[in-house]
Amino acid sequence: MIPAAFDYQVADSADAAVAALVSHGDEAKLLAGGHSLIPLMRFRLATPAVLVDIGRLSDLSYITDAGDHIAIGALTRHRDLETSELLGAQAPLMAAVAGQVGDPQVRHRGTLGGSLAHGDPASDLPAALLACGGSLVARGPNGDRTIDAADFFTGFLETALAADEMLTEIRVPKAAGIGWSFQKFNRRAQDWAIVGAAVQLGDAPKVALINMGSVPMRSAAVEAALASGAAASDAASVAGDGAEPPEDLNGDAEYRRHLARVLVGRGIEEAQS
Amino acid sequence: MNAIGTPMKRREDPKLLTGEGKFVDDIQVAGQLWMGMVRSPFAHAKIESIDASAAEDAPGVHAVYTGAQLQEMELWIAPLPCAWPVTDDMVNPPHFPVAAEEVHHVGEIVAVVLADSRYEAADAAELVVVDYEPLPAVASIEAAVADEATAHSELDSNKAFHWPLIPDPEALDAAFANAVHTVDARFVQQRLIPAPMEPRGVLAIPSPHGGEITLYSATQVPHILKVMIAATSGISEAKLRIIAPAVGGGFGAKLNVNPDELLAVTLANRLGRPVRWTEPRSEAAFSTHQGRGQLQHIELAADADGKLTGVRVHIDADMGAYMMLITPGVPLLGSFLYTGVYDVPAFGFTCEGHFTNLTPTDAYRGAGRPEASYAIERAMDLLALEVGVGPDEIRRRNFLAGGEAFENLDVASTLTFDSGHYGPNLERALELADYEGLRAEQKRRRDAGERIQMGIGLCTYVEICGLAPSRALGGLNYGAGGWEHATVRLLPTGKAEVVSGSTPHGQGHETSWSQIVGDKLGIDPADVTVLHSDTAISPLGLDTYGSRSLSVGGVAIAAACDKVVEKAKLIAAHSLEASPDDIQFEAGVFSVAGSPDQTVAIQEVAFGAFTAHDLPDGIEPNLQEQVSFDPPNFAFPFGTHVAVVDIDEETGEVRLTDYIAVDDCGNQINPMIVDGQVHGGIVQGVAQALWEEAVYDDDGNCQNPSLLDYLVPSAAEVPSIVTDSTITPSTNPLGVKGVGEAGTIGSAAAVINAICDGLSPHGITDMLMPATPQRVWRAINDAKGGAA
Ligand SMILES: Cc1cc2nc3c(=O)[nH]c(=O)nc-3n(C[C@H](O)[C@H](O)[C@H](O)COP(=O)(O)OP(=O)(O)OC[C@H]3O[C@@H](n4cnc5c(N)ncnc54)[C@H](O)[C@@H]3O)c2cc1C
Repeated sequence: MIPAAFDYQVADSADAAVAALVSHGDEAKLLAGGHSLIPLMRFRLATPAVLVDIGRLSDLSYITDAGDHIAIGALTRHRDLETSELLGAQAPLMAAVAGQVGDPQVRHRGTLGGSLAHGDPASDLPAALLACGGSLVARGPNGDRTIDAADFFTGFLETALAADEMLTEIRVPKAAGIGWSFQKFNRRAQDWAIVGAAVQLGDAPKVALINMGSVPMRSAAVEAALASGAAASDAASVAGDGAEPPEDLNGDAEYRRHLARVLVGRGIEEAQS
Repeated sequence: MNAIGTPMKRREDPKLLTGEGKFVDDIQVAGQLWMGMVRSPFAHAKIESIDASAAEDAPGVHAVYTGAQLQEMELWIAPLPCAWPVTDDMVNPPHFPVAAEEVHHVGEIVAVVLADSRYEAADAAELVVVDYEPLPAVASIEAAVADEATAHSELDSNKAFHWPLIPDPEALDAAFANAVHTVDARFVQQRLIPAPMEPRGVLAIPSPHGGEITLYSATQVPHILKVMIAATSGISEAKLRIIAPAVGGGFGAKLNVNPDELLAVTLANRLGRPVRWTEPRSEAAFSTHQGRGQLQHIELAADADGKLTGVRVHIDADMGAYMMLITPGVPLLGSFLYTGVYDVPAFGFTCEGHFTNLTPTDAYRGAGRPEASYAIERAMDLLALEVGVGPDEIRRRNFLAGGEAFENLDVASTLTFDSGHYGPNLERALELADYEGLRAEQKRRRDAGERIQMGIGLCTYVEICGLAPSRALGGLNYGAGGWEHATVRLLPTGKAEVVSGSTPHGQGHETSWSQIVGDKLGIDPADVTVLHSDTAISPLGLDTYGSRSLSVGGVAIAAACDKVVEKAKLIAAHSLEASPDDIQFEAGVFSVAGSPDQTVAIQEVAFGAFTAHDLPDGIEPNLQEQVSFDPPNFAFPFGTHVAVVDIDEETGEVRLTDYIAVDDCGNQINPMIVDGQVHGGIVQGVAQALWEEAVYDDDGNCQNPSLLDYLVPSAAEVPSIVTDSTITPSTNPLGVKGVGEAGTIGSAAAVINAICDGLSPHGITDMLMPATPQRVWRAINDAKGGAA
């Protein structure tokens, strides 16, 4: 449980962090809450030569009303999302999901940007952002660009971020009054989901699945069924279609596909009620 | 003043909760070297060559030793000990701290790095290049029994021993031949990884000129460790001092003599520098023994009414790669309990131990008894189904002594149960649980075809603890006795000091002992200091395991107090100018019978014994007495546990909704501590039923060594447990029984019985542990014909 040796730097601004990424290239990793990166380092599954600590950039920790969407700083902790009245009113799915991540310690340390940049298909917040139809702002040496959540997760623990880019803001469209549901199935309260489903209805209903493939994903089949007015149970019955879920001690692929159908069904029913 | 029986808050806690407790890893000494272990990635392999040159050149590295080098250095005179050779012909391959030629489980140490810091030690350990020739691995108990490959190349079988306990074979055969109802069931006790909050750790400090060695170890057994380290290292016992500082839980995992302990002592001794190691959690699945690991076959014979006539049991027990301290004895600790709380005329038990290429097994909370109570209590539910009565009724029909109170009752497994009164205990649990109400709700849900069904499970366990009459242990080939030592002294100011040979690691001994001494000497428990866990302060002792501390060590303390009072009485009589026969002692005050104004307090007597100015002739100064108490019998606590589960038939999720435990551990010194032990014990048994299992692949790699995947439950998963007790005093002078393991012994069976009860409409009668959602879902799905 002892990480390999590394250098440690503290960034005093997002620009400084990006500059550090530019100068160290692949060797460097940003450190936010450290709740995904440090465990990997302790198992020596990640061995970055340089850690650039962005955890103290308090100017990137905010939740603000930006007109048609809520803007969230990348360094905002899960706990702040969970307890934000603004988020609770305008993007309740996002706030509710944040409250289901890990345990209180994890929620006080982990950041939204870190969770999304890590791109873990078993994580909750990527699915939430997908179901909310959100987008992400990345800062690189040439300035900012905005990436749609649907285009962000590109492979197992891989995202559309370049090695010298950093997430600065997450944008979540307002969804007050729109039906939503979050279904997380796990064995202990603090655990990652064996399978989970995030549902947000509205004009274009979105259903995102957790731990049903190598990336955080939306279920096109369920969304299409819902868009064409299918009943909850019918829409849910296609939830596992095409998915290639991981197999581990908690569940094989068959069980996960079954769970996906059950959880999506419950999610749609709850969102509709 | 009545401290005994009062739920006093634990005096240990403020210190622990504020970080004042000093654990091994908190103790820093100058000049210390850290060990970094190079561990085998193979379960079974020959070591072809080891190249440590890069590690030797790494920063901060003092030395790297391979197993072969250590053997040449002659650091030890014997392999790591097994103190319980259960049969005379038991196979016991030598187990040295570092493998020299062949490794027998993943994580076995093949080389040790010594470096200035733990970081440098860990980095250098990565640089040691070992060339292995992999051999076929015996990666499960099933494979060991099949005996196609052997776990040790030099052995031609994996079988280590065969141990029978069949008091009357003919009666047993007759019972089965004449049975009206029979049950024939097989259960699996999966391997468990003990996970005390504090991992293990060692720090050995030599004094190069004086020759003494002090070993700090996160151990439950400093006294046993001292004897064993002396016997294996060749270092004089008189030069060894073992200290178990604050120890953060053990559950049996710290009841051993481990490679790291022997390495630290012998290397420190050889190098003249302190040597230390703290177990990283990522190594704990290999560097500390595991629990359970049994295949059980139990058969019941009963008459037409479901009254038991015979019980026959065979166990195949997974020893793991080596015999550790009491590895082979663990299944035997359960052997006497396979007839449970029931009146069984004929009994037979056989156990075979087998080697596998997996982490060694050894004691884990309950050690053999949770396995036993699981098998008999699961089997009783199957008998109830067979006979067509409820699980409560089958138990009532079979209780020893018809459920009435008894003392010193001989049972078929050849033991004598100290005391019991099973009937009222069961009825109390059923009443607290509102058993009838639960059954009604279960029926309602079944009739309505609800998605969430309910299961209700009972377990009426008995266990054997208070290890142990030394003679009985001798009869079982155990290598030590079962007594406990206590010294009680009254200091000049009238405060008391107690030296205890039992070694707490979370149980609250200091609180309980001060309550006993306070009452016995008639002083305030706050005036009692309890010393323990350091062999220089407490040279005699046999430590804490097998729920023995109170029923052996506590009784020793009470007896030592009695001796102190006896002597003090002589001094009091002298100063009151009365005959000792006329002296009465109550609440700390000696008085003369018939003249209540003539008194002297025990504190004054203590001062008089210290000044020794005016003692009666022939009486030595000071008030200090000691007792080595050897218990005349084990203690047999019992109880009824009721588990209630919700089963989501769509997902297979099992949620424990209610848990009612009525335990009987005899007289209680501190009911709050009893309650705490019961709670923790229950959760550990529930964990075996629902969450925990060390899973190995076919090559002998543990699939879930980290706490990310090895699911130790938290408070969030467990309902508020309802506890109550009945009180049936034991036959020892305090009337006490142990309670440290009882919760674990009763709970796994209660939970699995509840699950099987809930699923019985599907025809499901068994469920493997842990009952994962996937397993439960699949069982339901298969029962429905597989249409998901
Ligand atoms: C015990 C435990 C339980 C958990 N349970 C859950 C759970 O139930 N559900 C769940 O979803 N998650 C869970 N997590 C993960 C937790 O949510 C993490 O906090 C989160 O996934 C990562 O956020 P972080 O700020 O800690 O990122 P870090 O660990 O600091 O970083 C993660 C990765 O993201 C990169 N990164 C961080 N910030 C940025 C940025 N602004 N721009 C670009 N790259 C960045 C890092 O370089 C690194 O590669 C758990 C973690 C633990 C330790």
